[in-house]
Amino acid sequence: MANVIMDETIEYVGILAKLELSREEKEEAKKDMGRMLDYIDKLNELDTSNVEPMSHVFSMNNVFRQDVVTNGDDREDMLKNAPEQKEGAFKVPRTVE
Amino acid sequence: MCILELSALELGKKIKSGEVTVLEAVEACLGRMKEMEPGIHAYVTVVDEEQAMERAKEVQAMIEEGALTSPLAGVPVAVKDNLCTKGLRTTCSSEILYNFVPTYTAEAVLNLEKAGAVILGKTNMDEFAMGSTTETSAFGVTRNPWNTDHVPGGSSGGSCAAVAAKECFYALGSDTGGSIRQPSSFCGVTGIKPTYGTVSRYGLIAYGSSLDQIGPIGKNVSDCAAVLEAVSSYDNKDSTSIPREDLNFTGALVNDVKGMRIGIPRDYLGEGLDEEVRAAVLEAAGALRQRGAMVEEFDLSLVEYAIPAYYVIASAEASSNLSRFDGVKYGLRAKEYEGLHQMYKKSRSQGFGPEVKRRIMLGSFVLSSGYYDAYYLKALRTKALIKKAFDRAFAEYDVILGPAAPTTAPKLGESLKDPLKMYLGDIYTVAVNLAGLPAMTVPCGQDRQGLPVGLQLMGDCFQEKKIIRAAYTFEQTREGR
Repeated sequence: MANVIMDETIEYVGILAKLELSREEKEEAKKDMGRMLDYIDKLNELDTSNVEPMSHVFSMNNVFRQDVVTNGDDREDMLKNAPEQKEGAFKVPRTVE
Repeated sequence: MCILELSALELGKKIKSGEVTVLEAVEACLGRMKEMEPGIHAYVTVVDEEQAMERAKEVQAMIEEGALTSPLAGVPVAVKDNLCTKGLRTTCSSEILYNFVPTYTAEAVLNLEKAGAVILGKTNMDEFAMGSTTETSAFGVTRNPWNTDHVPGGSSGGSCAAVAAKECFYALGSDTGGSIRQPSSFCGVTGIKPTYGTVSRYGLIAYGSSLDQIGPIGKNVSDCAAVLEAVSSYDNKDSTSIPREDLNFTGALVNDVKGMRIGIPRDYLGEGLDEEVRAAVLEAAGALRQRGAMVEEFDLSLVEYAIPAYYVIASAEASSNLSRFDGVKYGLRAKEYEGLHQMYKKSRSQGFGPEVKRRIMLGSFVLSSGYYDAYYLKALRTKALIKKAFDRAFAEYDVILGPAAPTTAPKLGESLKDPLKMYLGDIYTVAVNLAGLPAMTVPCGQDRQGLPVGLQLMGDCFQEKKIIRAAYTFEQTREGR
């Protein structure tokens, strides 16, 4: 049962993943993903109809705390990593006209 | 006496007694790095020498004052480059973080610093820990110190190679699907992946959050137990951190396995396993039997489903975790773009390497509407079945024994040509991550080429002490070899 990945699928996944792929990369991705899905389809051999999906091995509860600031002000150090900054903020291209 | 030949604990003892100074230990490592790095390339970033020596003097003074009493005080360490270190570049071996300098230190590293560790540098890895060879690093490959034509394994290949090449006394790695255990096997060193939740993941740049654990890599079992003891802690900054009562892992360094029940999954000895690896692993099992353990083969089942389930879950989590890299707050931003969305896309496309893109794409696909149930939920249901299979096994056995990898280290350039084949090499390691179990690798021999073979010991959740005890006892049978 071979999975054939269509051009539209790769386009759509590219949008979800926020990746811009060249034509060669797209062709490569179609082949790779098809092969991986063929392999992953092996899971269909297992009857899991009465099995609950397990997201965590241990029963985990959300950890809540009071919304109190405990860390210091690292603004200057953090901004040092910014590709572009302006007036103490991260600078990005205009998003609202 | 050559300082570099000492284990971490031996060095710690000599520092405490005043036989060796911290500065001498650090200088020995820095000298060794100068000699070895051109051929091995275990490090992405080496700490500034002046800074390392400053830190060495500071630690020395605190030891002399009696303010630092840890057995690891003053011992130099290498840290995998996906653990944040304040003021020290942290890249995940990716172009997208080529200039990232964290403003805080990962909790596990902080715990080591509190114990008096001196950080030597950040070790090379597969980009974002995605790979089994350290060849997907954006900063060049790391070579296996046993034979530089071969890979060190991955993704913690730099950490394992640095320990094997004596360019540090121990290292930290991370293990999402075998990334401590497999390179430990390939490099002939010892490594532990603890029970999920034992070591805080705060400051570990996430790959697959439900699978990632930080762990020690060292020259022997005692060092690893001591380091694990030092890095483990409950941390409310990691919502999956688990408070544990007994973290006295060095208490399990007991040379005795009498009455211990050890199971070898028959499924781990079958097709695909190299003959020489099989022979070395079975010989190790024999040595433990001779020391009084009850060793037998059994059927674990579901082994062939672990890899497909793992790649669905890990890729899904990766696609979500890596969405934070967008060229806004840190890291690489594309030079030319039109508008915000193109900036995201171009920055990510230029910054991520092929293997990372492959997994982000697969992850985005299995989480997309229409495929979520068929792939993602199916994988989570499979995970539940795998966990049950381990529960059944650990009702019968204290420890599960097997190989860490099907082969010894492959040659450079052989693995990336066929990603699926590379994934299949994870067959003996990924199930442990899905089930949250502790497991470790300890060297158990060499093949005809002289490349190391690793023995893997797996325990039930929170039973690190059992595998440490078995590993320590096995190690003693090999003393003097």
